[in-house]
Amino acid sequence: MKFWVSAGIAFALAVIAAATLKNEYYFFAGYTVLMFVVLATAWNILGGYAGYVNFGTPAFFGLGAYTAAVLFKATAAPLALQILAAATMSGLLGCAAGLLTLRLRGIFFAIATIALVVIIETLFNNWRYAGGATGLQLLRPPPTAPFESYVKMLFVLMAALAVAAVAIARYIERSWIGRGLRAIRDSEEAAECSGVPTLRLKVFACTVSGALMGVGGATMPMYLSFIEPASTFNLNYAIGALASPMIGGTAGYLGPVIGAILLSTIQQVVTVTISSEMNVMVVGVLLVVFVVAAPEGILGLIKKWTRSSSR
Amino acid sequence: MVFSFDLLLEAVVFGILLGCFYAAVSIGLSVSFGLLDVPHIAHPAIMVLGSYGTFVICRYGFDPIVAGVVLMPVFFVLGMGVYRFYYEAFERRGSEAGVRGIAFFFGLALIIEVGLILAFGVDQRSVEAVYIGKSLSIGEMRVPLRFLVAFGVAIVLMTALTLYLSKTFTGRAIKAVAQDEAALRLMGANPVRIKQWAFGIATAVAALAGALLIVIGPVEPGLDRVYIGRTFSVVVLAGLGSMTGTLAAGLILGISESIVLMHFGASWAPAVSFGLLLIVLGIRPQGLFGR
Repeated sequence: MKFWVSAGIAFALAVIAAATLKNEYYFFAGYTVLMFVVLATAWNILGGYAGYVNFGTPAFFGLGAYTAAVLFKATAAPLALQILAAATMSGLLGCAAGLLTLRLRGIFFAIATIALVVIIETLFNNWRYAGGATGLQLLRPPPTAPFESYVKMLFVLMAALAVAAVAIARYIERSWIGRGLRAIRDSEEAAECSGVPTLRLKVFACTVSGALMGVGGATMPMYLSFIEPASTFNLNYAIGALASPMIGGTAGYLGPVIGAILLSTIQQVVTVTISSEMNVMVVGVLLVVFVVAAPEGILGLIKKWTRSSSR
Repeated sequence: MVFSFDLLLEAVVFGILLGCFYAAVSIGLSVSFGLLDVPHIAHPAIMVLGSYGTFVICRYGFDPIVAGVVLMPVFFVLGMGVYRFYYEAFERRGSEAGVRGIAFFFGLALIIEVGLILAFGVDQRSVEAVYIGKSLSIGEMRVPLRFLVAFGVAIVLMTALTLYLSKTFTGRAIKAVAQDEAALRLMGANPVRIKQWAFGIATAVAALAGALLIVIGPVEPGLDRVYIGRTFSVVVLAGLGSMTGTLAAGLILGISESIVLMHFGASWAPAVSFGLLLIVLGIRPQGLFGR
């Protein structure tokens, strides 16, 4: 109940902001922050609960974005349909990737996911209809009724998607699926021996995680009115999706949310005030510091702090 | 597409030169990841760091290969430091080191990459030497001299490392630590110190590989991302830690990349190494010469 109330309040704040604030920049930046909430939450389902490091975020994100763009080019489908199609395609890719890499663990799985990014990027680089390496210009339709600008509409939409993604992650975390995934993370052999259907759970986690990443990318072509492979399949999405849960804490659904909001806000500020190179540097340094000094992330630090102060 | 035997022959010759180079840039990873099981995703980034080190030294009029050799002791110490840190922060703590260890090296690679961008900018950098820009004509074929130089150095580097690992006492100790760490401890040796030494050597080799990288062509800070695929596919295809396997795998990658490059064009080439990697991981994860 508490979760739904706070999620409702967060979403209401996004709507109120869209209704009152005039400066479009806030929505441009806010969209990115919320997008990283979706990506980090999606990453954490496989990476945090099951302990499988996925560098393939750009593959799922990019496939989602390209699915939406191609669908829009071919049929001028509405946004909802684009998002649905993106989720389906990226979910299928996640399922396929899960089935292909079932035998791989640890670093081997991680490298296989990097391979996935490059291969899919190469495919889109060579697909003429989707614009090839030069990209595809898309003409945005006018925004739907209550919204006066398209960016505000996408911002509110992304807020709804973020709430949905976190709710899904929370549901998985609390159900038997989450317990099974945690068992896989601690010891895959022990989990298998205790009757946890490890293979099915891994493929399920890959599919859900992939589909949510696709959702995170689905509105990107409309947001930019443009799509091209090099920036769509950029490893920086993998960095953000991986670093946010690591910094926030991978154990629960709140960790990636806190991490993503903190990290992408810092990134936005650093990009504007210093430089875009410096923003990647900040992520790298924070990632290393947290991984070494605070393995349980910010949530772990808070827990430790409240425990020691109550004693 | 017209099939031409001459073109294929040229692709194969070029692929062999390229393949030896790929083997040389992967052999350090073959030690650090293959033998020591360290998830060293930052290996290509350290190599690119070596390229930039070479670039800086070459400004004072030195030969790039000499510069690479000069960098080796510095990188040796750097590598020992990196391993020590990794050991203290992750390996010693044991559980859950997997995810965090990978994330650590990923972060390290990022820091190196962005550090290079801040110091040198995103532009491509290259070095000058007598053999860069000239080429050797064999019949109809024109082979750039810089590839031959890189080929020669790669062969020397790989022979030296293979001999070191199989003939010297420390080299054999490194192989032993890869096989059975507990047994080594029972023999009264300290596996951590041997691993630290081995990681230092792997990093020193990466410095020379970086020099070769800038001899072969201009470098940019983001180049390490492409080489993650190439180096890991060579090491995995070789079978972890196999030195002869590394050469064979490098040649397979080099030849297939150069054939794809000549017959399908440059836009397909990046997928070759990663495609090969996925196929190997899916069909035969222990590689060609797996232990």
